[in-house]
Amino acid sequence: MSSGVVIVGGGQAGLEAAAALRTQGYEGTVTLICEEAHAPYQRPPLSKDVLTGKQEADSVFLRALVYYEKHRIDLILGERATEINRDAKLVRLAGGGTVGYTQLILALGARNRPLPVPGAEHALYLRSLDEAVTLKQRLAEARHGVVVIGGGFIGLEVAAASRMAGRPVTVIEAGPRLMARAVPPVLSEFFLDVHRTQGTEVLLNSSAAEIGADAVILSDGRSVAADLVVAGVGVIPNVELAGAAGLAVNNGIVVDEFLRTGDPDIYAIGDCADHPNVFAGGRTRLESVQNAVDQAKCVARGIAGKSAPYRDVPWFWTDQFEIRFQMAGLSGGHDQSVVRGSIENRKFSVFYFRKGRLLAVDSVNRFGDHMAARKMLAAGTTLTPEQAADETVDLKKL
Amino acid sequence: MPNVTYISFTDETTTIDVPLGTTVMENAVKNGIDGIVGECGGAMMCATCHVYVDAEFIDKLDPIGEEQDEMLGATAAERKPNSRLSCQIHMKPQLAGLIVRMPERQT
Repeated sequence: MSSGVVIVGGGQAGLEAAAALRTQGYEGTVTLICEEAHAPYQRPPLSKDVLTGKQEADSVFLRALVYYEKHRIDLILGERATEINRDAKLVRLAGGGTVGYTQLILALGARNRPLPVPGAEHALYLRSLDEAVTLKQRLAEARHGVVVIGGGFIGLEVAAASRMAGRPVTVIEAGPRLMARAVPPVLSEFFLDVHRTQGTEVLLNSSAAEIGADAVILSDGRSVAADLVVAGVGVIPNVELAGAAGLAVNNGIVVDEFLRTGDPDIYAIGDCADHPNVFAGGRTRLESVQNAVDQAKCVARGIAGKSAPYRDVPWFWTDQFEIRFQMAGLSGGHDQSVVRGSIENRKFSVFYFRKGRLLAVDSVNRFGDHMAARKMLAAGTTLTPEQAADETVDLKKL
Repeated sequence: MPNVTYISFTDETTTIDVPLGTTVMENAVKNGIDGIVGECGGAMMCATCHVYVDAEFIDKLDPIGEEQDEMLGATAAERKPNSRLSCQIHMKPQLAGLIVRMPERQT
């Protein structure tokens, strides 16, 4: 029976954990169990450059296969973990095998929330490489119209790529504004204008009642022609494997500041981890490259004997048309915000404060602000709202 | 096809063919060359594909844009005048034979 570190989940968190263990000098065996047949790949480009054709689908792999050999990472592809036996310290696989562990890292990710409406089987979703390849092909054939259900990041990135491909596009959002979970009204308004200016029909406070083969029926009875329907209505963290093993599960797999579950030999990282986050001022679950990579490194350091709590600054980005939108920190709970730059010229940042302290910065085409924000938040420094709003103040010199 | 030579911090040298238009970062990753990471996949959100470009090629590179300049301010290893993000070096005929050196660390 092998021992060593077993990582379940071949997304970016899982891969980065394996890589970081080797970077940290960990000498034991490292096994990476991937449910998909593909070696680990990047997800961000799937809804951006891969869909627009700027990047080839085969260029998204995070490492070459030779890397895994060279670094003795045992890559198991196309296998699903079905059970964790904590007493015997082994993971059971759907194919019948078992893998023993000394430490187990759960990087199980999340899955798309299915549309709860009749005809949902006509809708495409976007999370995996295979789904991206299918979507790209369907987009090339969609002459009549693309309907995107959900006005969040994924939905809007798909909508932008579809407009860039020249397709008529309708976005259906159930709430009163776009990206409501992640940004305040000023940015929802801004992105609404961006998409409408590009010719996208954005229907707020609207929901789909039924999806047909060539149209989406809205709950108010209207019908929108569509030969391609894409749903981006959020994700559900994959917690079942942990829950069945008796580990605590809430808004994800519950871990402490070292990303350990209640079992000291089992960690959870990435999209599936409900963790205490100093920037959130409490527990949260983050779906981002930053969180996947930094949590992977945190756990790898811990296993290598250099344990330190997870304290990395959250950051995120989305590309929609010519807009590069970057977020640093978490703006939830702010009591004041100021704008730096020009919304009209589409080059501005929103600085968020709570009790006068900097919480987060959202930047539209303002790369310098974003990087300055990451540095300030990491160092725990702040600035006044007046300084933030004053463009003559050099953020790098604060 | 033009080639690029990657020299690791420990002087391990690897020369590979690099198709025109592709980046020095993506070819390093595709060929399993250690020392260039590319955590963000070339989106200029991290600085883990930092390289030092050999002097004779510096003038042939495209100018450093504002984004790259900011990002180079966040590299793990020391930024030098010949520091570049390899995700921003797109192969072109003038760069045939390019030599890049990897820093001691990327994170």
